Amino acid sequence: MASDRKPPSAGGKQAQRVPAWADGLKQLYDSVVEEDLPDSFKTLLARLDELDPRRLGDGLAGGGRASPSPDDREAQT
Amino acid sequence: MSDSDPPEPRRSAGEKADFKRELTAVVPHLRAFARGLCGRPDMADDLVQETLLKAWAAQDRFEPGTSMRAWTFVILRNAYLTDMRRNRFRGEYDEGVAERILTAPAGQEEPIHLSDLHRALMTLPPERREALLLVGAGGFSYEEAAEICGCAVGTIKSRVGRARAALTEMLANGNVPRRSTDDEVAHRAILEELDEVAAGNGVSSRG
Repeated sequence: MASDRKPPSAGGKQAQRVPAWADGLKQLYDSVVEEDLPDSFKTLLARLDELDPRRLGDGLAGGGRASPSPDDREAQT
Repeated sequence: MSDSDPPEPRRSAGEKADFKRELTAVVPHLRAFARGLCGRPDMADDLVQETLLKAWAAQDRFEPGTSMRAWTFVILRNAYLTDMRRNRFRGEYDEGVAERILTAPAGQEEPIHLSDLHRALMTLPPERREALLLVGAGGFSYEEAAEICGCAVGTIKSRVGRARAALTEMLANGNVPRRSTDDEVAHRAILEELDEVAAGNGVSSRG
């Protein structure tokens, strides 16, 4: 990707440039990455060690590419 | 190998600790990806919590040394598609996105508002939005994004290209849905496309 850094002419075509919003997409993403983790996550992460993955796995299959079974989280609400 | 081998490898305590550490490290990225997918912070965080539990349950299937971020994104994506089909997410926009103005590049007269970008993003068909998020925000390569979405690299490239073109068009023409949307059309289109994506139909033909 050659970056020819000509200043865009006013009203010129913007098709070939990196769009002006591209950086905004990163900003939206990074602003969430940089947020302090809510307490609910700290609690959950702290609790994970107490949860036996094998038992948890019964209703929570979902690793890899397999599509999770549709009825696995009905109890959540 | 005797046939009394356990079906799944048992992880050592050290490996378990590694898994936990890596999982913890990707949580901020999961939150960012989820927020981009479903728009609303509260729903996104629910989705991430669900993902963490699923990842924990499936930890024996994680191959150490591979990308935890990519692995968990697959789980999150599957959970999102499942929840979407149950209409748990109504395609609402995050009203909390700051009305921040993106620094306009030199020569560009019209500044772009971050909140406009966010709303424009949310009108994209989900499979294009996700492709753009993975590549344009998450920094994944096309190959990695294809792996995460379970599709061909060319499909990802095409989706990203179309997503970029759509956003550029919307933002350049001020064609962004208004705040407090009642943009039924866009929303219905999104849900219809989701059915297709989730059912594995029509995806390749749409690109």
